[in-house]
Amino acid sequence: MKTVEPGPGIATPETLPPPSIAVWQHRHILDLDDFTREEIELVLETADAMAEVLTREVKRVPTLRGKTVVTMFYEPSTRTRASFELAAKNLSADTVSLDASKSSVTKGESLIDSLRTIQALGADFIVMRHSQSGAPYLATQHVNCSIINAGDGWHAHPSQALLDLYTIRRHLGKLDNLKVAIIGDIMHSRVARSNIWGMSTMGARIILCAPHTLLARGMESFLAKCQLPNVSIETDIEPALEDADVVMLLRLQTERQQSGLLPSLREYIQLYQLTTERLSLARQNVLVMHPGPINEGIEISPEVAHGTQSVIEEQVSNGVAIRMALLYLIAGGKNK
Amino acid sequence: MPTTLLISGGRIIDPGQGIDKVADLLITKGKIAWMGDNGTAPSQPDLTTIDATGLIVCPGFVDLHCHLREPGFEDKETIATGTKAAARGGFTTICCMPNTNPPLDTQSSIDYVKKTAETEGAVQVLPIGCITKGRHGKEITEMSELAQAGVIGFSDDGEPVASSRIMSLAMDYSQALGLPIIEHCEDKELSDGGFMNDGWVSARLGLKGIPKAAEEIVVARDLTLAQLTGARLHIAHVSTEGSVELIRQAKEKGIAVTAEVTPHHLALTEERVMGSQLEKHNQLIYDTNAKVNPPLRTKEDIAALIKGLKDGTIDAIATDHAPHTLVDKMCEFGLAAFGISGLETALACLMSLVHGDQLDLKTLVSKLTFEPSRIIGTRYGELGTLKPGCRADVTLFDPNREWVVNSHDFASKGKNTPFDGCHFKGSVVVTIVAGKVIYKCNSA
Repeated sequence: MKTVEPGPGIATPETLPPPSIAVWQHRHILDLDDFTREEIELVLETADAMAEVLTREVKRVPTLRGKTVVTMFYEPSTRTRASFELAAKNLSADTVSLDASKSSVTKGESLIDSLRTIQALGADFIVMRHSQSGAPYLATQHVNCSIINAGDGWHAHPSQALLDLYTIRRHLGKLDNLKVAIIGDIMHSRVARSNIWGMSTMGARIILCAPHTLLARGMESFLAKCQLPNVSIETDIEPALEDADVVMLLRLQTERQQSGLLPSLREYIQLYQLTTERLSLARQNVLVMHPGPINEGIEISPEVAHGTQSVIEEQVSNGVAIRMALLYLIAGGKNK
Repeated sequence: MPTTLLISGGRIIDPGQGIDKVADLLITKGKIAWMGDNGTAPSQPDLTTIDATGLIVCPGFVDLHCHLREPGFEDKETIATGTKAAARGGFTTICCMPNTNPPLDTQSSIDYVKKTAETEGAVQVLPIGCITKGRHGKEITEMSELAQAGVIGFSDDGEPVASSRIMSLAMDYSQALGLPIIEHCEDKELSDGGFMNDGWVSARLGLKGIPKAAEEIVVARDLTLAQLTGARLHIAHVSTEGSVELIRQAKEKGIAVTAEVTPHHLALTEERVMGSQLEKHNQLIYDTNAKVNPPLRTKEDIAALIKGLKDGTIDAIATDHAPHTLVDKMCEFGLAAFGISGLETALACLMSLVHGDQLDLKTLVSKLTFEPSRIIGTRYGELGTLKPGCRADVTLFDPNREWVVNSHDFASKGKNTPFDGCHFKGSVVVTIVAGKVIYKCNSA
């Protein structure tokens, strides 16, 4: 496993200046499509300071004391939810965790009513995971709390993309001109969509690689319409991997095969599994990434998943620092 | 209530008679009595004059396709509120779709709608009956009895008739009745629970798309079956360039097909789902008021639809007025109901095409009056004309009056419009049904 220690001279939350209004305008974190390069850099720098906190014996700073962070998850999640809750606790916020499958949602309460209830209970931040694309956008129209999108349908997963950027930057120093291959179920992937925006803004070249049944039909015109010339589409894995600096695998949900998008898992494995042999097409210091949870033996071979180039576990660790940074920044920085 | 009305000095456009001139129109006893030069009307006792200077005077609009939701969904709309909305929109005859609860698949349900419309309706309501019992697509309805009860056509709108066999039987059976089969063309297996047009916006928003082919496959199938059976086919809410081309070819072959297009498919593209004025760095929205089936398409489709209207491939403009409650729309995009409340914005929306030189005024009026009336036929008298002796259904509109859409002002219970806040030029001023002024714009 690759590891990087925080370098000397990194700012800690106590020494960080409050975010400059000129750079930071966000009250919600919905996607990275409206993030400038400066804003992304600010998040990554802030995450460096948060990473330092995580190395302390007592991993806690008082930044969000008295604030309440509510996590509302309408879809099952392990790592994202735990990551946000740890991030909030490390900043001394109070956290409330609502499992939508056990709440009044099952009694027929609408999303908007649930959100209003949470607001009335005193939430300052709502971290939302929802199976419907756009749900957090709806939320911002009906409550005053800051909304953090922890994944909406097929659409966006901005904190995941930011931790991916952070992980890449820690290893390779920058994103500019890196070749990133994102391989797998692009159509249904909110991680891919957020990374398209974030990585493009940071100057990387992105290859989306999938069979046509797992690529949205409008993907090419989306890239053209939104002026994302550094993103291209490739159906074969070999050219996608060639000289890649980063290879990101996406989870293949087995129901995709059941609904006919793939003839068999066997053929998918033959065509798209990242194996040691295929990985040799990439650059020697390539980073292998995966947002998790992994289907070992399907999109990635166990050797590669646990191999020397894999930073998959580090992505999870970095997630806490990134989410601390996001909470810190949208709270307006230091205690006011 | 005046029984004698003189509409004076307006520009009369009556496409059925080929009339477009400034003239006076006299209405007596609920019928058109006379049309002639300004100031030359025969004198009448108790005459009320409406000054129509600067206004267009035309036959009352005829809507082939709307949803009045009664019986069953009275929280969305009723016959009373839907017909009031029609009156505000300049429509004097509206045809209501049978996807109510219960669906309009029996004589008694047709009777209910007609009776309620007679007592509570502001405008004439002509019901459409189901093609199949319960709209289940399994067995055809008692079409002959429904025809006797007064339906003007058959449709399972909202659902296609998925089975080609059932559709061919429905066409064979309905042929003797002379009434059209009105089809909602959608291959549901291909649209597969999609929410919007399958294109760049759906890819960007992560929403499941409905490909254009889902419509075109069923258009092509139905045209083939219409050729086989010789039945009359009317294609509802055409939304794609490919459908227009298929219908054009079918008409050239002499297949008995007619088609309609909605104002929203002529005015809006798929991009409207992201909000009305999206800049790259503005926050996205997922606007459920732009969620409609068939979905809003692309500007190439709009160009083809307009071309189809001009060359006669598309016969009529119909609103597909689909009112919904706030709850139906104020939710996650994927969970929101499909549909646009369209009766009260139709004319203004279409006038933007006229002001943009994409459509001429006479064609527009024809597509709202004469052409849909031809599809309905004459069993309810001659509609969509200002011929002397006909029922005096007349609409007066100001082509240049500017206004801003505010859905709270709608008579419809459905406030679900993507045009809220739009600045429009063109407004209905007076609506007359059977010689009676049923709507008059306050600020006119």
